[in-house]
Amino acid sequence: MSEALRAIFVRDLKIAFRAGGGAGVGVVFFLALVTVVPFAVGPDMPLLSRIGPAILWIGALLATLLGLDRIFSADREDGSLDVMMLSTTPLELIAVAKGLAHWVATGLPLTIAAPLFGLLLGIEPAALGTVTLTLLIGTPAITFLGLVGAALAVALPRGGLLVAVLILPLTIPVLIFGVAASAGTGPVPFDTSLKFVAALSLFALVLGPVASAAALRHIRE
Amino acid sequence: MPLIDLANPHRFLALARWLVPVFALLAAVLLVAGFALGFRAPPDYQQGDTVRIMYVHVPAAWLALGIYVMLAVAALGTLVWRHPLADVAAKAAAPIGAVFCLICLVTGALWGRPMWGAYWVWDARLTSMLVLFLLYLGILALWRAIEDPGTAGRAAAVLALVGVVNVPIVKFSVDWWNTLHQPAAVFRLDGPAIHPSLLWPLLTCALGFLALVLALHLAAMRNEILRRRVRTLRLLATAEAR
Repeated sequence: MSEALRAIFVRDLKIAFRAGGGAGVGVVFFLALVTVVPFAVGPDMPLLSRIGPAILWIGALLATLLGLDRIFSADREDGSLDVMMLSTTPLELIAVAKGLAHWVATGLPLTIAAPLFGLLLGIEPAALGTVTLTLLIGTPAITFLGLVGAALAVALPRGGLLVAVLILPLTIPVLIFGVAASAGTGPVPFDTSLKFVAALSLFALVLGPVASAAALRHIRE
Repeated sequence: MPLIDLANPHRFLALARWLVPVFALLAAVLLVAGFALGFRAPPDYQQGDTVRIMYVHVPAAWLALGIYVMLAVAALGTLVWRHPLADVAAKAAAPIGAVFCLICLVTGALWGRPMWGAYWVWDARLTSMLVLFLLYLGILALWRAIEDPGTAGRAAAVLALVGVVNVPIVKFSVDWWNTLHQPAAVFRLDGPAIHPSLLWPLLTCALGFLALVLALHLAAMRNEILRRRVRTLRLLATAEAR
């Protein structure tokens, strides 16, 4: 069974990193967002460095959400979703493997790019490390919660933006604690917020695949 | 007639035909009585006459939450027990719940302006109610986006169940966080903390709005059943015409 899961993980990674797969687009969108905000806010560096962690988090959130609808829809189009649903490997574990592949292709590049983009926003080096750490722990939560939306997108002909709208309310706690951990100087201590982010990621790691597998089964019957 | 007989749409329609006017009449009577009591109730010692917004704001909040819980139970009915009318009930309830959530948010903003000096603050109770409103809108959008009613019902059911985790957060937000919004005053373990002269109009209005919701919900369910029949007839006619 682990052979099958590893094969799915590698397959999804290969598809994502090849042409048309969408692995790099998330980072480009992230860069576009980080570039646009100073145009709107003004080149006020102290202000930008204060809201910098929040901008990075919003960018990571949106870049991940907008790429979610491709996770299962692409497989539905070429028939491999039916093969996955008929296989002996539990659909929940297949969802975990696909979610992990999506995170490595989307969330991880965003996390790696975040400190570089943070320099554009004038964030302090110590804060850069904090933001990157919170993103590293928090982006899996967004991806795995997004699996539910990705499963619902199978039923939608032109899913895309609707999926992002559906999943956004569920990812708000991750955003709240992620930014609170990045800020570090708020009323709640840094490590408490970070632990909450980690807890949310672990919670999403279980809830997301289970809910998305259930959704796929009900939608495809 | 055992309750499960109502799973038959024909029997349900027969029941709804006389039940909707009964609930509508009950709603009219209770709401008129509730508003009359509300206007005759004494003003609050701190807030003066503005406290009377409470008689609309609080029942709207209770109903917004209650309808979402009912939606989640209907979702279980669709996914687990395959009840034939569960997704009809969920589809009918979603717009009603969304409107009451909006009423709660708007009346709350109008109440907050004189009381707190702000139309909106980002405290836990208000934020979680806004998230509830977003969840309602998401469910409505999902229903509209999928063509086949059966698939749409199941997809919306999954979404409703995933979002039900927000309901306890809304209820207990005033206890778990330091909020500007007032803590629970009616549904507490120690019993209501409101004076009876304000509590009775509040409960009357709440029951009136509940009767209104029941009337609207049953009527909407009836409309949805008829809508699906029209759709089936149209599909059959198109198939036969070929």
